Amino acid sequence: MTQQPLTEVAETLSDGIVVSIYGDIDLQRSPDLRIALIQHTEGSHGRLIVDLTSVSYMDSSGVATLVEVLQYQCRSGGSLILCNLQPNVQSIFEISKLDSVFNIVPDIDTARTA
Amino acid sequence: MTSQNDIEICVPSQPRYLCVVRAAVGMAVEKFGFVHEVRHAIQLVVDEALSNIIRHGYDGREDGPIRISLREIPGGNENDQAEIQIIIEDEAKQIDPRQIQGRELDDIRPGGLGVHLIKEIMDEVTYVPRERIGMRLTMRKFIDKSDLVQQEGPSV
Repeated sequence: MTQQPLTEVAETLSDGIVVSIYGDIDLQRSPDLRIALIQHTEGSHGRLIVDLTSVSYMDSSGVATLVEVLQYQCRSGGSLILCNLQPNVQSIFEISKLDSVFNIVPDIDTARTA
Repeated sequence: MTSQNDIEICVPSQPRYLCVVRAAVGMAVEKFGFVHEVRHAIQLVVDEALSNIIRHGYDGREDGPIRISLREIPGGNENDQAEIQIIIEDEAKQIDPRQIQGRELDDIRPGGLGVHLIKEIMDEVTYVPRERIGMRLTMRKFIDKSDLVQQEGPSV
């Protein structure tokens, strides 16, 4: 059986990349997610759009990973945009009051023009 | 103290079993009859509690036991609410409950959100050192009857 990748570069933009994340993000998978996203951003040096369509569950370790990536992007002059959050995932950003810290948009088309 | 009606799950302190506990807790809450939002909230708080035990209680040690007990109290309190009670016990190091605090949300940094989420979602959260070793976390969530899935009546 082929295992689904954790992340995948879905699209290359003129000023960045779109990365899709797959599956639940918890304490087991968030360390690998951190490494994968940092590796993707090292190659792009611009906008990082993270498509969360295929993430139906995320805990605080996943949110912490995205905070790290956001800080990394800010330091390196890039940006981070999150799109297509499912309600379960959106709610954890709201409860932790991080929905105002991240640039969260409804869909990929909005993210491309954000 | 558990009763014969409780659902009990025991896992070793390994992150790879978090998904197993999530699935079991989700099914249990669904069988209790609560709507999806309640199921997700309970899955999240149990996940956060276990993650904290694995990371901070056992310091990453992978052979520590963690016992999760779920109880549905359907009877209704003075506000006519149902209740889900969750007890999580470990044999990890004991911590002064006063030190178990969520971080200030204005302090934007990775980590420290788990306890905040637990306290935000649950109505009562109590950490107590167990008699000899480990900690006991007791969490209670009161749920309006409107958050029960409507049962289908008999077909006519």
